[in-house]
Amino acid sequence: MNNSLIIGQYVPGNSIVHRLDPRTKITIIFFFVFIVFFANNLPSYAILVAFAFASMFASKVPIRFILKGLTPVWFLIIFTFLLHLFVTKEGTLVFDLWIFKFYSGGVIRGIAIAIRFFLLILVTSLLTLTTTPIEITDAIEDMLGPLKKIKFPVHELALMMSISLRFIPTLMQETDKISRAQASRGVDFRTGPIKDRIKAVIPLLVPLFVSAFKRAEELAMAMEARGYQGGEGRSKLRELKIEKMDIFVYIIFIVVIILLFVTRTYG
Amino acid sequence: MAGNLIEFKDVSFRYSEQDPWVLKNVTFTIKEDEWVAIIGHNGSGKSTIAKLINGLLFPQEGEILIGGKKVTEDSIWDIRKDVGMVFQNPDNQFVGATVQDDVAFGMENRGITREVMVERIQSTLEAVGMSDYQFTEPHRLSGGQKQRVAIAGVLAISPRVLILDEATAMLDPNGRKEIMQTVSQLQSKQGLALITITHDLQEVVQANRVIVMNKGEVWKESVPREIFTEKEELRKIGLDVPFVTTLADALKDIGVSISKEPLNHEELLEELWTLHLRT
Repeated sequence: MNNSLIIGQYVPGNSIVHRLDPRTKITIIFFFVFIVFFANNLPSYAILVAFAFASMFASKVPIRFILKGLTPVWFLIIFTFLLHLFVTKEGTLVFDLWIFKFYSGGVIRGIAIAIRFFLLILVTSLLTLTTTPIEITDAIEDMLGPLKKIKFPVHELALMMSISLRFIPTLMQETDKISRAQASRGVDFRTGPIKDRIKAVIPLLVPLFVSAFKRAEELAMAMEARGYQGGEGRSKLRELKIEKMDIFVYIIFIVVIILLFVTRTYG
Repeated sequence: MAGNLIEFKDVSFRYSEQDPWVLKNVTFTIKEDEWVAIIGHNGSGKSTIAKLINGLLFPQEGEILIGGKKVTEDSIWDIRKDVGMVFQNPDNQFVGATVQDDVAFGMENRGITREVMVERIQSTLEAVGMSDYQFTEPHRLSGGQKQRVAIAGVLAISPRVLILDEATAMLDPNGRKEIMQTVSQLQSKQGLALITITHDLQEVVQANRVIVMNKGEVWKESVPREIFTEKEELRKIGLDVPFVTTLADALKDIGVSISKEPLNHEELLEELWTLHLRT
């Protein structure tokens, strides 16, 4: 089994973006997703692009990882661009050949939408590239904290997430083992018609589920034996702390928002 | 003389009314600094004893006292502070995302402050020889290493007794050796009671006392050397007698005089090379 298995797409590093409090990152990305839709002219887009690229360079994540994160959405970006190109009939005719009639309005709008998509994907993938899943879990637990007042099981949810993350590699190793064991007994996972291959998954899934339930039961007992009695009165080893750097980044982001609203055209 | 830490008084247990008794009138005591091995065939009730000590199960008859406190629904959270347990499957008891998170789990449950946790993580990982792996994820560790982390996690809450419930059963010979070395060091240094539950007679050699379980009853309670003299009976209740003991037997059969029952290779060697002096 592959020993260098990485959960999610986290790229280890020690850059400013890596060291930021995960809550800061999540908050900023949350608001960034909103303000992207307020940009409507060249300067406002320039500000957003500058912010996104600045964060990208500050993270020191190699460009190829970021491009890899973009691959599944290239199609969507190009598709929406073309859609706008064909459908929008505004502005002057810039290109006319047989049924291809492109208007300047369509070109501009197509590019604008493509940039929006690109920025959204870029910034959100920066979060997963620079933050470990466990940090994200901690941040979510902390940020949902107020919901405890309305009896929302925040701690339980976070614990579930972190235990699932911890068991992903274990279950993958197990899947690998079972699939080999079944292959040695003549189950064919790789050839034959689709229908047969789907059927071949059953002897893989059943033992996997059985063992997952057994694991869960044993884990529950081990946790209880170690004194687990719910979130009440628990202390935490990992702690989140807002540092000067976080405040600095918040200020920059607020400046970006102000600049955006100053530069965008109204009416 | 150390006081009694664990007392079983006529304890009987079964999972439900219709089921046969898993434990029948079990009585024994374990002292504060003792190493006791509980050995038995599958289904002899040995693991049930561990779960009863920790309050994961409750007996139908009889009572269990831990440090003088009776094990009941109300006292289990206090008792679990004193009783640390390591289970069989290394993967299914590893809760944390990394080694240090797992060691911290038990402490977090008890609301221990962060500063103390950081300190104890260092010291306990050192005690089990895992200091270099503080930030390692579980899937990068071997079974033996995971079990050592589990032991560290238990030690971090400074229990009075450490129970290893077949903790070496799923490990390879190397992992087994690691764990046995780790616990014997800990036991001599920290002066805590140790209960090792096993079906492998090889592992009881270092213990101060052995309790042999058979069909839910205490079959015999003695020092290891004495237990090994009853090979035939041990085989009858389904336990594998260690190779050295079998060899010593075979030697006796062909007329080699062996004065005391050897527990390991060294002792047998000692017997053999001094043989000439005695005859």
